[in-house]
Amino acid sequence: MKTAVQGIGLLASGLAGWDASRTVLAGFRPFRPGDTPDPEALILPPNERRRSSDCVRWAVQVAEEAIAQSGLDPRDVPTVFASSGGEMGVFDQLCRVLATPDRHVSPTLFHQSVHNTAAGYWGIATAGQQSSTALSCYDDSFAAGLLEAISIVCVEERPVLLVSYDLAVPAPLNNARPITEGFAVAFVVAPPLDDSPVIVQMRLEKANGRKSSSLPDPDLERLRLDNPAARSLPMLCAIAVGGSRTVGLDLLDCQQLILNVESCRPSAKAN
Amino acid sequence: MPNVRPMAPLVLSAYTLVTANGRGVGPVLEAIRERRSGLKPCDFEDVTLKTYVGRVAGLEDFSLDHELKPFDCRNNRLAWLGLQQDGFTVAVAEARQRYGAHRIAVVMGTSTSGILETEHAYRARDPQTGQLPGRYTARYRYTHNMFSLGHFTRTCLGLQGPAMVISTACSSSAKAFATAARLMQAGLCDAAIVGGVDSLCHTTLYGFSALQLLSASPCRPCDEDRDGLSLGEAAGYALLEFGERVGGRGTVALLGYGESTDGYHMSHPHPEGAGAVHAIRDSLIRARLRPENIEYVNLHGTATPANDSVEDKAVYSIFGARPACSSTKGWTGHTLGAAGITEAVISALCLEHGVIPGTLNCLRVDPSLKSRILRENQIGPLSCVLSNIFGFGGNNCSLVLGKL
Repeated sequence: MKTAVQGIGLLASGLAGWDASRTVLAGFRPFRPGDTPDPEALILPPNERRRSSDCVRWAVQVAEEAIAQSGLDPRDVPTVFASSGGEMGVFDQLCRVLATPDRHVSPTLFHQSVHNTAAGYWGIATAGQQSSTALSCYDDSFAAGLLEAISIVCVEERPVLLVSYDLAVPAPLNNARPITEGFAVAFVVAPPLDDSPVIVQMRLEKANGRKSSSLPDPDLERLRLDNPAARSLPMLCAIAVGGSRTVGLDLLDCQQLILNVESCRPSAKAN
Repeated sequence: MPNVRPMAPLVLSAYTLVTANGRGVGPVLEAIRERRSGLKPCDFEDVTLKTYVGRVAGLEDFSLDHELKPFDCRNNRLAWLGLQQDGFTVAVAEARQRYGAHRIAVVMGTSTSGILETEHAYRARDPQTGQLPGRYTARYRYTHNMFSLGHFTRTCLGLQGPAMVISTACSSSAKAFATAARLMQAGLCDAAIVGGVDSLCHTTLYGFSALQLLSASPCRPCDEDRDGLSLGEAAGYALLEFGERVGGRGTVALLGYGESTDGYHMSHPHPEGAGAVHAIRDSLIRARLRPENIEYVNLHGTATPANDSVEDKAVYSIFGARPACSSTKGWTGHTLGAAGITEAVISALCLEHGVIPGTLNCLRVDPSLKSRILRENQIGPLSCVLSNIFGFGGNNCSLVLGKL
């Protein structure tokens, strides 16, 4: 299944946007995590931004970055939002309230607790009416999201915006799901054109004991293992380095997505 | 521009459903014929809200054991109960023989998964440290995490194909059909288990109450005095296979699906139902059908004043007042993430048994609704049904089911 990548958005500590991170992911500059980002997600109307959760702002920020690169009108692009746990911060607040005698849940907190909250806010911000899927596959949520996005591209022959995100889980829920760093990534995947700078060929295979791709940099590898959305890092690195690379992403215990990534080298793009 | 093209029909070669009306499709069909609601005054745990719920009986009376023990929670008990009905696991085992375990996908839908476990754990926090009980944290992955239901279903059925859980609030398990259809069409699997399970919890009961969307009486879809929804719980599954392989004449198949968003508001529908119209139109194109081919519209029909009137506008704008329309929420309650599979299975039963349910609890049809809302059951052959599901985040999905 052949698709082009037309735009990428990225946000994590030390990885502030795709363009700024590309040389880090290609290995030309060291990865230096710093403060936790606080994205502005300027596309959100001020009212929605004020009451939006961190998840929403992270997801919307990377979605906006990827769509801007693609040059597409977001109203024409269906979306897939993949997250292992979704709104864990909202669950924490909600379950605290539900443990009180009054159980006075705020209506806003409740509607923000759904798994498609970020997808819904993106739709409101862009006034989009295309289809939107929100899904989970635990640690392999990014791979499942990519599978869903690429099957839409191939079956319906249209571009799709894939957003994958999971944020640091607050205490005490972090004992149940110890994710310590936030990570959000977005790809606009589309039917390939002759001049597409990044082409990804995907196939689904039995894993047969093969391990998923890992990263040589120990800090990036730690991030990859910490956060399900960061399982996308090998694909991002393959695109950043350029040339032809193969990446394997686990899909549950017995299958893998094998991605052959063909990417123009950064220098070639600069010329 | 969107590329919506006709799709190959996908046969529902087995299906099953557990709702407040009983275990398996038999009791559901019987309840429809006898016009017996599954809604009762809310007696769920220590909830003090004045509302009615469609609670599935017996979920408190057993637990999951042996290798399924880590999965034990209300949502997965309901999922397990669903798998035991109507010979579903036997049908899946046969399909596994035909295609191989890795060629069958599992696409499930739920809105709240096992969040009830987290609610209980927060009540049992250590008063000194604020920590959650260890017996909860060790099992979060298998209970509350959104993928738990997919993991559980795949484990019970011994399947190894691609799997995921779709969670787009109320449209979740309707959209599972769309995702599964694409995976099959893309050649990523030969068959798929689709379904949905959602169970009662404090989050949805108190959340919908906060939104002032819960009725104090059994929900009355399309009634002029309707004043809100009743929550329910359900588990349903269908095995999807390509029509050319298993479809004999008269078998029930998914003919089309349509998906859209409102891009309008998180918890209010678009005032003109623009997103709903988009989803219905796409489902008809994929099914190669014209509006006049649809004989029955199974409405989302939650019985909130806004939903029913906006849905009516959308349905009337496409179909006029020709097809029979009804909501079955009066039997089951609104089963949220399981509403898609609940109403897809009810639609399949209607097709197979030639019955259109009249809207239960609708005493006088709201005169402002223009569609032909059915109040009494109608008996007679049926070949094509549209089922609508709309959810939070303005997420819409329409399915067309029909006989081959």
